[in-house]
Amino acid sequence: MSDASTDRMSVMDRLTALAAWPVQALFKVLDYPLSAIQRLIGTHRMPWIFLLPNLAFFGVFVVIPLFINFAFSLTGGTELFLGNRVYTGTEQYGFLLECETFGDPVTCREDRFWKGIYNTAVFIFFQVSFLVLFSLITALILNRKIRARGFFRAVFFFPVLLSPVVVALIWKWILLRDGILNAFLVSMGLDKILFFVSPEWSMFWAVFVSIWANMGFYTLILLAGLQAIQPDLYEAAEMDGTSRERVFWRITLPLLWPNLLVVVVLALIKGVQIFDEVFVLTGGGPGTATQFIVQYIYNTGFTEQVQNFGLASAASVVLGVVLFVLTMTQLAATRARDHG
Amino acid sequence: MTFEIGKLLTASTVAATLMASSAMADTELRMMWYNDGIEGEVMQTLLARFEEANPDISVTLDVVPYKSIIESLPIQLAAGAGPDLARVTDLGGLSEHYLDLSPYISDPAYWEASFGPFLDWLAPGSDQISGFMTQLTVTGPYVNKTLFEQAEVAMPGAGATWDDWATAVNEVAGKLDIPIPMAWDRSGHRVSGPAIAMGAQMFNAAGEPALVDDGLKLMTQRLYDWHQDGTMSKELWGSVSGSTYLGANEDFANAQVVMYMSGSWQIPQFADKIGDAFDWWAVPAPCGDAACTGMPGGAALVAMKDTQHPEEVGKLMDFLAQEETLAEFYGKTLFIPGHLKLATGGVDFATEDPRAKHALETFSGAVPNISPIAFDLQGYKNNRVLFNALISRLNEAIVGEMTLEQAYARMEDDVAKQLAEKERE
Amino acid sequence: MLTARRGQGALHWSDVFTYVYLLFGVLLMFGPVIWLVMSSFKTPAGLVEFPPTFLPLGQVEVPVEGYDEPLLLFDVTMEDGTTRQLAQVRRIGIISQMVDPANPGDTIKVPIDQRTKVREFRMAVENYVDPLERFNFVQYLQNSVVVTVAATLVTLLINSMAAYGLSIYEFRGRNAIMLFVIGTLMIPITVILVPVYLVVTQLGMINSLWAVILPGAATPTGVFLLRQYMLTIPKDLIEAARMDNASEWAIYSKVVLPLAMPAIAVLAIFSIMWRWNEFLWPLIVLNRSEVYTLQVGLNAFQGELDVQWHYILAMTVVTLIPVVVVFAFLQKFITTGIASSGMK
Repeated sequence: MSDASTDRMSVMDRLTALAAWPVQALFKVLDYPLSAIQRLIGTHRMPWIFLLPNLAFFGVFVVIPLFINFAFSLTGGTELFLGNRVYTGTEQYGFLLECETFGDPVTCREDRFWKGIYNTAVFIFFQVSFLVLFSLITALILNRKIRARGFFRAVFFFPVLLSPVVVALIWKWILLRDGILNAFLVSMGLDKILFFVSPEWSMFWAVFVSIWANMGFYTLILLAGLQAIQPDLYEAAEMDGTSRERVFWRITLPLLWPNLLVVVVLALIKGVQIFDEVFVLTGGGPGTATQFIVQYIYNTGFTEQVQNFGLASAASVVLGVVLFVLTMTQLAATRARDHG
Repeated sequence: MTFEIGKLLTASTVAATLMASSAMADTELRMMWYNDGIEGEVMQTLLARFEEANPDISVTLDVVPYKSIIESLPIQLAAGAGPDLARVTDLGGLSEHYLDLSPYISDPAYWEASFGPFLDWLAPGSDQISGFMTQLTVTGPYVNKTLFEQAEVAMPGAGATWDDWATAVNEVAGKLDIPIPMAWDRSGHRVSGPAIAMGAQMFNAAGEPALVDDGLKLMTQRLYDWHQDGTMSKELWGSVSGSTYLGANEDFANAQVVMYMSGSWQIPQFADKIGDAFDWWAVPAPCGDAACTGMPGGAALVAMKDTQHPEEVGKLMDFLAQEETLAEFYGKTLFIPGHLKLATGGVDFATEDPRAKHALETFSGAVPNISPIAFDLQGYKNNRVLFNALISRLNEAIVGEMTLEQAYARMEDDVAKQLAEKERE
Repeated sequence: MLTARRGQGALHWSDVFTYVYLLFGVLLMFGPVIWLVMSSFKTPAGLVEFPPTFLPLGQVEVPVEGYDEPLLLFDVTMEDGTTRQLAQVRRIGIISQMVDPANPGDTIKVPIDQRTKVREFRMAVENYVDPLERFNFVQYLQNSVVVTVAATLVTLLINSMAAYGLSIYEFRGRNAIMLFVIGTLMIPITVILVPVYLVVTQLGMINSLWAVILPGAATPTGVFLLRQYMLTIPKDLIEAARMDNASEWAIYSKVVLPLAMPAIAVLAIFSIMWRWNEFLWPLIVLNRSEVYTLQVGLNAFQGELDVQWHYILAMTVVTLIPVVVVFAFLQKFITTGIASSGMK
């Protein structure tokens, strides 16, 4: 009495078993040396062995470059190799912070650096708030009993898989002067809008496209959080006759709070690093209206004829400090939740 | 459809076989290349011919996006991991990495005679021979002649000024409801020609760069005003930031632009894309107070000094630089020859298009009138610093982020800062 | 879905809102991509038309007796107001010389603003074929696949090992390591591009695929994801295995890994996506065409002075295809996997 699904499953199982065989063989072989090491150093020291490969990669490809980057920020000139560069101490940082009035980027020596910071701050303010809002709404909706829930979940997640360049190109194509959005506006009797000539519209679309591309990921995180809430709580509330709105504010939201916090901080960290999408979408324009801090670093270090690695590194260190503070906030929040 | 897939498979198999065969050759040369049109294919045929004549040398053409040439190549060269040859546009800026071909080529005198002034661009301050121009380009305007005819407006003739043209194109655009009367490529290089025509000196008496002077201000003021009164549309320049390049070729090809300030490299593309949809017509460079000039430019194929095979590179360069080979290259790609003898005639351009022919004549004919300041500027090895500062700050003024006066101050600041960084010892 | 209701029987406002939101969501998420695909089949002339047509259209060409090439067909409004279909021989200035395909004998002069193109549905497949012919597509595809698979395997292995170390054990310095790992999340690649390039040069990996495979292998997100999931594995299983004298490695490979499969599947999908889409880093570190990945190779036609939308659109679709395939087959894993790995 075999039905089609069992047959399919066994085929999948057989395939997986086939694929797993070399992997299992490899693991078996590795057991010998690793067990020997275990006997040597004791079980309690084994975590370090497991961590070793990952830490080695981090060390070589992340930590060392970070130190090199910091070293670059203390140098000037145009040589590529650190040894050949001119030591300048904190001069590059001085350049960055040289401003007549800190409120107005135009008066600063590195006006685009400060413009970048200002633009990034505006961006994350709007992007993170709306991202969390829409992710929450979508998660709430997807949590309801609707058919084809898996399909809808996948629908919202789809843009997350696209590369930032593809996302930007898709939307740029839509927003051109003769693109489909303007065609729609004209058909409604309105005038065409030149989105990329207006600073406000460019920022709007930078925020919008970034939300479009990332919302699915955060929606799923919040959805997981929603699904972890015990259904009996809801049942009890319903039996008590609590209104739906009160249920949301008094039960759902507080229990979801830790996940929301994670989403906020993750979104903040990613938001501050925004570059690829916006660079392809608006190029940082008009003028410098959507030029964010990472683009400043990239331009300074790469696209100018004088590739100023020293200045770019200094700016990136400043950026790193800001992000460090944000990350610490996340860790503190996560620990509060784990222990609370 | 099957035919196309067949072609695709064949192409891939051929490429794979080429890879295999090149792996067996003794010397392998790598040429880093970018494409605007079909020049990669033309070069590939030439390279195949070279390989046939020199079976122990194989040459691989690595085609990359232009962005790579500008951003990654300098880093690769600095790290010693660069190619043997490359097609570059930052002629002076990368000159510290070029190989002196003099000991490896058969007839340096021929090179001097054929490429004379352009060799200086590649080797400012020295007399080494590093390569040749894959094309010479001249900046200059195109107009949509058909629109002028439709609007029944007379086209300004030779000797007309930029103001004359601005009036004329506005009239045409008004009558026919064309969105963009005038468009320029968003590039400091493009602005420099007319600025020099207005009297900009670009260098001070000591030969150091002095970007902002009255001549430059005359031109930038016009560009600013044109953006405010609608002659030029803010959506071109105003829609990106920094020194990002943006061309208006798409808009011009779709008859959305009456006059387009660009250059001779558009000819093959226009011939292909526009065809005879309308008369795209190259006109002589409009005049300013000082001259009627555009900017020369172009890309060059240069040899790199870190190459492991300088003799073979020399052989390749000799082959490619021969008059017949270059004539074929320029003829097929519709580029203005960067070869002194061929520039005066001797290239059979592979086109029947009367517009393309006229454009080639117009631009070739403009070469003798190019101002010496323009030549010097093109040869100045840090010219991109000037171009970037010019266009990025002018743009910020145009979109209203700062006043023109502030922009001028910033331009000079940017140039000074970057040159100072470069001079650090 | 029609049965999803809040209240009894009648539709609550939140139900209506739900349907509308979901419908809007599908349109908003899929719509732009569909538009991209439709546009990618249009000719350059079709792309600049305003207002744009949904379907790709091309102008009809008809063979006419006495002419070697087929001629473009137009609908023409004649002086007397009637409309005829004429084929254009050539255009001179603002007058078009046309002939009636049925009676090719006489040429009729028509002002160009009296004509409209006659068009039919036509897919400009050459947008795809031309660039693919020019470049060694198969090689780039192979490189991308090799990089993606190898990088994913390395990532899965070392990240799962690290996650095991950080979740199963309590040891001094555990929190410091966690901090360290998560801290690296905050570094955008642009910031360390040049230093990593220098490191890679020193290691002699320039121009080999290893330069693209190895640097990104130790992802902090991966470690974090897997660790969170492994924390939910009951400790008694581990203890029991230890009592059976299993080595730590055996516990890892035989007990924990199989249990962590859902999270590993999620990480695998992410890793595939990240590696496949990577552009900036391979662009810098690979300058020999035989090691180009697909993203780099397909962008090679962006020259200094040209923005060819029809090719850009087509090539964007090509790079999209694997993503869509992964998505279609594995969407169940993605959505349930993240949920169960609980990002808690």
